[in-house]
Amino acid sequence: MEQKLIVSPSPHVHSGDTIEKNMYNVLIALIPAFLVALYVFRLDALIITASAVLFCVGFEYLIVKYILKKTPTVADGSAIITGVLLAFNVPSDLPLWILALGSLFAIGVVKLSFGGLGNNIFNPAIAGRIFLLISFPAQMTTWPAAATAATTDAISSATVLGNLKLAPEALPSLQAMFLGTEAGSLGEISALALLIGLVYLLWKKTITWHIPLSIMATVALFTGVLYAFDPIALYHPLIHLFSGGLMLGAIFMATDYVTSPMTRKGMLIYGVGIGFVTVAIRLWGAYPEGVSFAILLMNALTPLINNYSSPKRFGEVVKHA
Amino acid sequence: MLKTFRIGGIHPKEKKISAGKAIQPIAIPDQVIIPLSQHIGAPCQPVVKKGDTVKVGTLIGKSVGFVSTNIHSPVSGTVLKIDKALDASGYKRDAVFIKVEGDEWEASVDRSPELKKTCDLASGEILNKIAAAGIVGMGGATFPSHVKLTPPPGTKAEILIINGVECEPWLTSDHQLMMEKSDEILVGTTIVMKALNVQKAIIGIENNKQDAIRLFNQKAKEYAGITVEPLKVQYPQGGEKQLIDALTGRQVGSGALPISVGAVVQNVGTVFAIYEAVQKNKPLVERVVTVTGKEVKQPCNILSRVGIPLNDLIGVAGGLPETTGKVVSGGPMMGKALASTDIPVTKGTSGILIIPTLEAKRKAMKDCIRCAKCVSVCPMGLNPTLLMNLTEYEVWDRAEQEHITDCIECGSCSYTCPADRPLLDYIRLGKGKVSGIIRSRKN
Repeated sequence: MEQKLIVSPSPHVHSGDTIEKNMYNVLIALIPAFLVALYVFRLDALIITASAVLFCVGFEYLIVKYILKKTPTVADGSAIITGVLLAFNVPSDLPLWILALGSLFAIGVVKLSFGGLGNNIFNPAIAGRIFLLISFPAQMTTWPAAATAATTDAISSATVLGNLKLAPEALPSLQAMFLGTEAGSLGEISALALLIGLVYLLWKKTITWHIPLSIMATVALFTGVLYAFDPIALYHPLIHLFSGGLMLGAIFMATDYVTSPMTRKGMLIYGVGIGFVTVAIRLWGAYPEGVSFAILLMNALTPLINNYSSPKRFGEVVKHA
Repeated sequence: MLKTFRIGGIHPKEKKISAGKAIQPIAIPDQVIIPLSQHIGAPCQPVVKKGDTVKVGTLIGKSVGFVSTNIHSPVSGTVLKIDKALDASGYKRDAVFIKVEGDEWEASVDRSPELKKTCDLASGEILNKIAAAGIVGMGGATFPSHVKLTPPPGTKAEILIINGVECEPWLTSDHQLMMEKSDEILVGTTIVMKALNVQKAIIGIENNKQDAIRLFNQKAKEYAGITVEPLKVQYPQGGEKQLIDALTGRQVGSGALPISVGAVVQNVGTVFAIYEAVQKNKPLVERVVTVTGKEVKQPCNILSRVGIPLNDLIGVAGGLPETTGKVVSGGPMMGKALASTDIPVTKGTSGILIIPTLEAKRKAMKDCIRCAKCVSVCPMGLNPTLLMNLTEYEVWDRAEQEHITDCIECGSCSYTCPADRPLLDYIRLGKGKVSGIIRSRKN
């Protein structure tokens, strides 16, 4: 026979799924939240998001090419996601040099020093945000009033969670929180836009419901029980669900493939853990917001959770029909 | 809602382009090569020598040991030699070379086309006939049927399951056989029920074969105890454990046999062969083979004698396309890539799939992004990426704890992986290693 045949073990076909497709699906799912940010913060939203993406992709390219001396992997889209998520987690008037530092920390330290995509322990965007929050607390916790807010005379305004403990009478309406016209970080303000993203990700099977819904359910249950005993705004479950970074964290950051558990059981443990820690920090901690700390903590526990949560085995329960 | 198995599964594109193509004959060449190992278990002992004349159906290889079976001549002619020949395994193994002269059958074989419905034989006699005729599992596993139909002491079969699922993409040989030989398959089913002494049989057919479901629903009424169950299309439903789960809701435990939940599974092709063996005294010397592929000119279903070179079958389908990169014996998910097409058809050849070069090459593997898609598609509830890592780092005790030996090698994990990781390659390696360790511990 004149032509040589390729011999390889089965299977001989592939689904065609790629890392890039999954990453770009996440980016598509972030579009509604980005549109709300554009509407609320106007040009600032575009500048911050574009800069963060540029910083993250640029740092990844430079570090991989010139320090690690490998083929740059920026085309996989993961650095773009880190950039967008980092931008969504900061106030819209954050100085760009601070944003650049945050991007460098997220990409250089949290992602690449662990070996790049797939090998990092912590979610780069979350770790980047926390790095900035600790290093630049003033800049990271003053938010410009939304351009669409009724009180246009305010230069800066506290977020919902900031007001929860200090000035519950200044809370915006639940409707404002759901639609996203209250003050807050760039991409976290509209629960509705983020939920549209969730529906898209579930439809595309990029993620499963286990992590986002277990986080939301835990937060709602935990605060709901407290609210039942003491119905004050501080314990209102819907306020907790629709404010701060909860939706953004639950849908886009906690579900990061690399840093979340691999089995259904593990995902539920992880989600419940994030929900509990978030509420605990929000109610009794020094910071008004706890989602990112909660995710970071559960990221650290992920290898342990993976180790102790096996998938449901075939034949484990022999059911006789 | 249609039934299916409950853990994992994937939906590869079906590509059944040879569906509905009538089973066609193929000319017998001047020489055939009959491998003496066409089944799982010990190879046969040759019982012919150079110069012997044989007819179609003459015993040429005798079963040795419990898990083994007979092999018969598929042609009439003269034995040229017994020598090593390349087969689908990629190795040269013992085979009988026969020079073909005419097409004379053993007198005991009933070649009339009439359907013979009644069977007065007792269970033991049926099993003896199946063993003598060299019947093996025709779905591809080629496990000797008489062994499978002999439940180990202390176990009792309650239900017979007939596998008409054909969940591999591209393949249509079982489907076409069901369309053309429905009565024979149903009579074969009653014979197997009798052999096992069970009162109930279910024929499972995936919902993408509507015509077969209709035909069997209509004809099964004439046979007591046989029902037809349409199944939701999902790979790997043809896997024995998956099919039992789908049809009965019973899950066979780790390391256990189907008989542990009272079930015995037989492929439709096997049941047809059993009909011919028991009712017509015809040993297993031919089978239906699908020849198909994206660039194949005339995808078809061929009734081929054992021993005919795959090249001849590919010729009937319009020849090997110039773009050919890979030729697979069997389906795309579990079939074996061949090093050469100059090998004979055997009892387990369910199809020949020809894949163009562009689609035959694998992409470079990337780092695992822990998306867990392999975990969610695994029909056995395993963690493929963990098993791959454990194999890579040779952590055999942990691999055993993580049930690596439960893997049915369906390939759903590798198929799904967005990072193109060769999960099943590693798991197969680790499974072999761990099985060896378990065996050595028992000894």
